[in-house]
Amino acid sequence: MMSQFLIRRRTAVAAALFASAGAVVPLLAQAQANKSALNLAMIGEPPTLDIMSTPADLVCIIMQHVYEPLFTFDAKSALVPLLAENMPKISADGKQYSITLRKGVMLHNGRELNADDVVASLKRWMEVSPRGKSISKEVVDLSAKGANGVEITLKNSYAPLLSQLAMASGMAAIMAKESLAQPLKEFVGTGPYKFKERRPDQYVLLTRFEGYSARKEAPSGYGGKRTAVVEELRFVPVPNANTRVEGALAGQFHYADLLPIEALARIEKAPGKVVPIMTPSFGFPYLVFNTKEGVMAAQPTRKAVQTAIGEGEMLAAGFGDTRFFIAEGNHFPKGTPFFSTAGTDSYNERDAAKAKTQATSAGYKGDAIRILTSRQYDFHYNMALIMAEQLKRAGFKAELNVVDWATLVQRRADSKLWDIYITHSGQFPEPMLSPPQLGDGAPGWWSSPAKQAALSALNQEANPAKRGALWGKVQQVVYDEVPYINVGKFASLSARAPGLEGYTPNTYPFFWNTSLKN
Amino acid sequence: MIRYLLSRLAGMLVVMSLVAVLVFILTRAASGDPIAVLLGDQATAEDIARVQKLYGLDKPLPVQFGYWLKELSHGNLGDSIFLQRPVTQALWERAEPTTLLALMAVAIAACIGVPCGIVSAVFRGKAIDQIFTGLAMLGASVPSFWFGLVLMQIFAVSLGWFPVSGYGDPGAPLWQRMHSLVLPAVVLGVLNSALIIRFTRASMLDVLGEDYVRTARAKGLSESVVVLKHALRNALVPIVTVIGLTVALMIGGAVVTETVFGLPGVGNLVVSAVLRRDYPVIQGALLVVAAIYVVINFGVDLLYTVVDPRVKL
Repeated sequence: MMSQFLIRRRTAVAAALFASAGAVVPLLAQAQANKSALNLAMIGEPPTLDIMSTPADLVCIIMQHVYEPLFTFDAKSALVPLLAENMPKISADGKQYSITLRKGVMLHNGRELNADDVVASLKRWMEVSPRGKSISKEVVDLSAKGANGVEITLKNSYAPLLSQLAMASGMAAIMAKESLAQPLKEFVGTGPYKFKERRPDQYVLLTRFEGYSARKEAPSGYGGKRTAVVEELRFVPVPNANTRVEGALAGQFHYADLLPIEALARIEKAPGKVVPIMTPSFGFPYLVFNTKEGVMAAQPTRKAVQTAIGEGEMLAAGFGDTRFFIAEGNHFPKGTPFFSTAGTDSYNERDAAKAKTQATSAGYKGDAIRILTSRQYDFHYNMALIMAEQLKRAGFKAELNVVDWATLVQRRADSKLWDIYITHSGQFPEPMLSPPQLGDGAPGWWSSPAKQAALSALNQEANPAKRGALWGKVQQVVYDEVPYINVGKFASLSARAPGLEGYTPNTYPFFWNTSLKN
Repeated sequence: MIRYLLSRLAGMLVVMSLVAVLVFILTRAASGDPIAVLLGDQATAEDIARVQKLYGLDKPLPVQFGYWLKELSHGNLGDSIFLQRPVTQALWERAEPTTLLALMAVAIAACIGVPCGIVSAVFRGKAIDQIFTGLAMLGASVPSFWFGLVLMQIFAVSLGWFPVSGYGDPGAPLWQRMHSLVLPAVVLGVLNSALIIRFTRASMLDVLGEDYVRTARAKGLSESVVVLKHALRNALVPIVTVIGLTVALMIGGAVVTETVFGLPGVGNLVVSAVLRRDYPVIQGALLVVAAIYVVINFGVDLLYTVVDPRVKL
């Protein structure tokens, strides 16, 4: 009798537990709907929230809602003003930029933005940001002209300046002057969302900024009118990619960033629960050659390696599904201002016999080619495996050196330790934004008169219409001298809840102008 | 007793000093540069050198070690390079989920492991023994990430009973945070129960063959009294040891489960710190986890006197 009672009581307790558990998730969803909040699954914990100090994509994705630059890119990758009233007045010699700020733009601390904030922010950017530091070498003077005017004077004409000021990652973010510190303690910007709370490994919480001063133009890319429709944005670190997939399928996340390509089939089978998002030309993998010392220092040997490899095979190994990569030699996509086919005859040759002849003529003696790669990104490693085989087929001795990412970024700084390393970059709208090998001093240490001449012509030409053709000349030099090889373009996979409306795929996903349908 | 306590405390200090030296040497022996990771692709060698100087990473290793020891002596574990906050604060923020998870998982592991181990020993060689022994083997072999994903698909995605990941919403009450820990606790608890089953079974088998058990049976005591009162109490010492070690293991080692379920715990903190070479966090976290191990071991030793009055310290 007693045991029957105990069993009944246990059953009742278990049933109550399961019932309460079952009730929890819908309750959470309801609470979230009332609060108008988006749960956004990110790939990890941001290393910092100082958007200037690091080019990390994750930091940019979160903090671009808080901070804004003077200029930005629209849907066609064209520069448009954001905090600036209009595009700047540029002097005839291309050395002086006069920028007028939009009036009535409010900072998150309730004060109106002025030129002093802009000057102080840009000065900090030129001190702490790697991208800003390279710009500081070009700048002679940066000063405020009245409450809303800013003037930048350059040593020489430098056309990529506005693109550098507009770039979302490592942003030339405009901050309240009184919040500037190293490291930042307060995050006071002008964006449609303001910073509320960070709990490391749990979330970064942003809330709608009621005093936001939006532009009047229609939204286009990162440009135009920004409206914070949803009240709260919660960026949740979910480092395990499969967990992001499951969370999206379970309806726990309204958006899940960067999912494994293999998950596409499962996502497509659940149309009512989750919507796949493909961002085409999201980025490009590239191989960097050590032009300073070692077996790859000789240009003819690099040319032979270029002939030996088949980028198509490498991309297939890296990304599998053909919807997720494009094997094409033009470094910029068709339809963009910098599209060019210059030099692309040398792309995807995969000609072992020709490569062997070229290597022999170059005096290659069978020294090992040390390929530095990491398994942190599976596609890097998979591409390295295929490349090593392609090189062996052409008579090269290829040696894979597989290390973790932190080791790779350390070793690549030492020219004695590697011959080729594999990395990737986002596909940006301006050539000088990436890869860093187009600048000075980046690993690979590419320096040559042809590079200097081609880049100098590109960077001094202020007319955007003429810069496209000048990029073609740079691309030709890259194919001729082989300081790096752009392997091709890859797409990314993310997912959103069907109720998240107004989302447009972008390299750096943003959630202003999105709304949540109950 | 007092002499024992003092000698154990001195031993613990020696162990912790050795751990501090080893942790520092091993952390720095691994290649990789936190500043190069922090600054990204665009950083030049000069940028990296400038920031290295800011964090004192340009100094010779003995100088860095001396500085770290000096800070340690003041109870300061240093500041994280990436989190921009003191390591003690970072660990404190992650202590709650990790501790709750470890306690819930150990409770589950003990509730499964001890009864199954006892039944296995009592019915040695019978079908039920083979089933439990087989399950223990299975538990020891199943990868936690796989088991976690399976439970996630059934109970979170299909049934919607539990959240897939995370530790509750901002400002969530304790019950809601514990609700987020149910699935990871089941994963850890079920898999770790395998060890407890095997230890309980082995320990019980040793005891069940003793003369006093035969005497108890000869006195006509019921089998449940013989097993639970006479045998189990004498078999408890190794079982308590393994349960104590399981708690310590989970506090520092629930890495995979924390990552799969996106829990903001100590394991997750250590993994991301290792990947980024956040030296102060790696050093501080390992030191604290080692200290917890040492303290739990000490606690388990003290518990022996309660479990088995024959044990004298």
